[in-house]
Amino acid sequence: MLLRHTPKEIKERKVLSVNPAKTCQPIGAMYAGLGIHGCLPHSHGSQGCCAYHRSALTRHYREPIMAATSSFTEGASVFGGQANLLQALLTIFTTYKPDVVAVHTTCLSETIGDDVNQIVKKAYKDGTIPEGKYVVHTSTPSYVGSHVTGFSNMVKSMALQLAEKTGKSNGKVNIVPGFVEPSDMAEMKRIAAMLGIESILFPDTSGILNGPMTGKFNMYPKGGVSIEELKSIGDSIGSIGLGAWASADPVRAIDSQFKVPCQVQDLPIGLLATDRFVDALRTAAGVSVPDTINQERGQLLDVISDMQPHLYGKKVAIAGDPDQVIALTEFLVTIGMKPVHIVTGTPGKAFTKRIKEVTARFGDEINVKSPSDLFHLHQLIKNEPVDLLICNTYGKYIARDEDIPFVRHGFPILDRVGHSYFPTVGYKGGLHFLEKILGALMDRTDRDAPEERFELVE
Amino acid sequence: MTGERTHTVNPEDIKKEILSKYPPKVARKRGKQITPVSSDDKEGLQVGANVRTVPGIITQRGCCYAGCKGVIMGPTRDIINLTHGPIGCGFYSWLTRRNQTRPPSDDADNYMTYCFSTDMKDEDIVFGGEKKLKAAIQEAYDIFKPKAISIFSTCPVGLIGDDVHAVAREMKEKLGINIFGFSCEGYKGVSQSAGHHIANNAIFKHVVGLNDTVMDAKFKINLLGEYNIGGDGFIIDELLHKCGIDLVSTFSGNSTVDQFANCHTADLNAVMCHRSINYVADMLETKYGIPWIKISFTGPTSTASSLRKIAAYFEDQELIDRVEEVIAEEMIPVEAKIKDVKKRCEGKTAMMFVGGSRAHHYQELFKEIGMKVLSAGYEFAHRDDYEGRHVIPDIKVDADSRNIEELTIEKDENLYSPRKTPEQMQALEEKGYPFKEYEGLLPEMTKGSLIVDDISHHETETLIAMYKPDIFCAGIKEKYAVQKHGIPMKQLHSYDTGGPYAVFKGAINFFEEIDRMLNANIWQYLEAPWQKDPELSATFVGE
Repeated sequence: MLLRHTPKEIKERKVLSVNPAKTCQPIGAMYAGLGIHGCLPHSHGSQGCCAYHRSALTRHYREPIMAATSSFTEGASVFGGQANLLQALLTIFTTYKPDVVAVHTTCLSETIGDDVNQIVKKAYKDGTIPEGKYVVHTSTPSYVGSHVTGFSNMVKSMALQLAEKTGKSNGKVNIVPGFVEPSDMAEMKRIAAMLGIESILFPDTSGILNGPMTGKFNMYPKGGVSIEELKSIGDSIGSIGLGAWASADPVRAIDSQFKVPCQVQDLPIGLLATDRFVDALRTAAGVSVPDTINQERGQLLDVISDMQPHLYGKKVAIAGDPDQVIALTEFLVTIGMKPVHIVTGTPGKAFTKRIKEVTARFGDEINVKSPSDLFHLHQLIKNEPVDLLICNTYGKYIARDEDIPFVRHGFPILDRVGHSYFPTVGYKGGLHFLEKILGALMDRTDRDAPEERFELVE
Repeated sequence: MTGERTHTVNPEDIKKEILSKYPPKVARKRGKQITPVSSDDKEGLQVGANVRTVPGIITQRGCCYAGCKGVIMGPTRDIINLTHGPIGCGFYSWLTRRNQTRPPSDDADNYMTYCFSTDMKDEDIVFGGEKKLKAAIQEAYDIFKPKAISIFSTCPVGLIGDDVHAVAREMKEKLGINIFGFSCEGYKGVSQSAGHHIANNAIFKHVVGLNDTVMDAKFKINLLGEYNIGGDGFIIDELLHKCGIDLVSTFSGNSTVDQFANCHTADLNAVMCHRSINYVADMLETKYGIPWIKISFTGPTSTASSLRKIAAYFEDQELIDRVEEVIAEEMIPVEAKIKDVKKRCEGKTAMMFVGGSRAHHYQELFKEIGMKVLSAGYEFAHRDDYEGRHVIPDIKVDADSRNIEELTIEKDENLYSPRKTPEQMQALEEKGYPFKEYEGLLPEMTKGSLIVDDISHHETETLIAMYKPDIFCAGIKEKYAVQKHGIPMKQLHSYDTGGPYAVFKGAINFFEEIDRMLNANIWQYLEAPWQKDPELSATFVGE
């Protein structure tokens, strides 16, 4: 057994974290920074964090992940990292020539209390940041929240530090996509375009973290939200933030700063959440929904109804980031499944409440815990087995030990490809997700069927 | 074709080109860590190493915690490795190095698949995390009943002043199991290397020597600095066993805390990765009288000579003969494989930038199949790993590394027992037996090559543009940037998903892998037909 030490009996743990269902803030900020065109993310801390964050993102995307670090030494850790950051900015702009550097912090620089805002101001004043180039920065203490919090912090900072309200509407809708895959970001833009809406989606890692092979390495690939777009988000007609944990703060901050009215929606995973996303876009821009979208919605509905026998009443365990898990849970309930064990590692009281809402029809039969970890999820599964597990790659250890059909979803996925190319948001993404679930369930049926029940036609 | 191309490249020009893109101060600093090998006479070449990283340069280096927890202690299967810090450090070092473990039975301890953390929150930063650490140890004990628990400090722990060692002592007393801490805060030293040293010290202080049971075996050795990536340790173990040599302990692939406790009963230490474990080797010699030798089980020639070295040490004719038999037998398929693969690989070129040891060891594997290494370097090795141990007296410890503790080790009054008499040692040495010797990477480098220490992304790009290698070896962070150029990239940390690559059997795996990578079809298709021939001309269907 891979997880041979996990007992069935659940003892309450107050402090010990075992097999976390989250990681720390800066990696989310690094990911967000990569979604700006021409941007080099920078980690203000000791270099181990940066190496780990780059490695984790690289393994997930199988793409180059470029980022620099202040490389704190013990001296800087005691006396402050100003000299390191100034040196770093000089080296970066001289050698790597990005248009913008997106600085985030680590538990080291946060604990010693470096004032990054003041250091960046000095760098502008001293000319370390060349004319026409930018540095955005955010505070991402690893001991608060999770990687999703880090994403949210960086998105908020890039918006507030770069946007300039001219007072003249650009007629566009801002979309903050949440901590989702490049494929999901592209799908959100496609849906907006189908509605005839001009959108500014930020950050936007599509084309950057699922880029092509051309025989040439390009440090700043095509794609990403441009500085010009970020500058104009204060002139947009509305903002939609997808996923409360990742995107509510940024769109609300834009609302307070620039008076761009905002809506916060669930991630558009599944039928109902996509309905709400399309509706939000429609009302924000004052447009009507074209038939092409109705067509896609109808296709998803059609497949769900066709596949009911395989889905209805099946028990599912889910772990992941709160925005993802909430939307997924609702989708599973919609298609007739029963999510019974649900955990997230990211703190936030609203999680349990939202899960209870979307699983209301099952009442108290649902185990939901936040913040929690995969060790706890595994124990729940040992006490009440499930038919399907949906989790990031780390779930494969539970899936194998308990012999559960397994669908990889979320961050990180280190042992499969697809997540950066095929969306799970929108109606099309819903179909793709459904195909993965059905594939896992039906492969299991085939594997376990006695010969006489091994069917050609499902 | 590649061979001709590389002869025209002058390493001095590459160095100049690299430095021209840096601010002057950075260029000065990096200049010391970039060493062209312009002639075959390498006398006087010095490789700047183990100095702080230039901020913003895009280094591939990690931190002290990674060197301590990730590298040295991570592979031990029956200790609960508890990270004291916010969640990231524990998360990123969770199953991401391919240290394989194989416990002897289904109920033997194996915590490899787990990640334990105190998951510090802001209130722990403000009020201190010692209480939480104690409670976490208690919870870990209550649930898992482990043999031992070790605690790893992360960046904020040192800053807020949590005393992990005091907590370890208190909880050890309370629970009656071995509990010990590592002050391996990420900012210590300048790289993973500091973490190796800190791990060596603590394991020596808290575990080594606790169990004096002597294994019933004739030729007992420790294998130091072998982490069982992709199963390397397993096949080394198998080969040694075939020769009649037994391992008391391996530091630390597939290891257990009891093996560490017992390692002072071995009669020889064979050091594989010099950088990470030479401290334990030295301390075992000083305290218990066990000599050490540098060996390498990478590549058939090195493996054969390492086996012979071990056999020669024991001065037992039966063992010497057995080793020769095994080498002869194992070499047959290796030679056949080399003959086959060489047809497709000879004349091709490679470069490699790996942690602190493999950039040297793997050169042999490439040379066996007729490939040339154009450039190599380490992330975090010291000058002795480049230039050989004879430079150790000249190495100055700079301000960034001065706070890494040097243990003062003395002879153990009861347990010190020289494995050889001074006369025997002298006789062996006079025959050229190389105790405590390591020549380093430099002798491997040929005229026209370039050594780069702590390579940056910009330097990698320049090397690729100017040397145009056929294959590039490094780690996951470099992999996809290199491959975008259309150049195959072999990871020599994780081996991608491959391995084992050690000893004779592993060499065969490696040769097959390099052959596959160099000769895969995919590299020919980078251009679409319409890019190769953009002129439009009418073609009729069926023409």
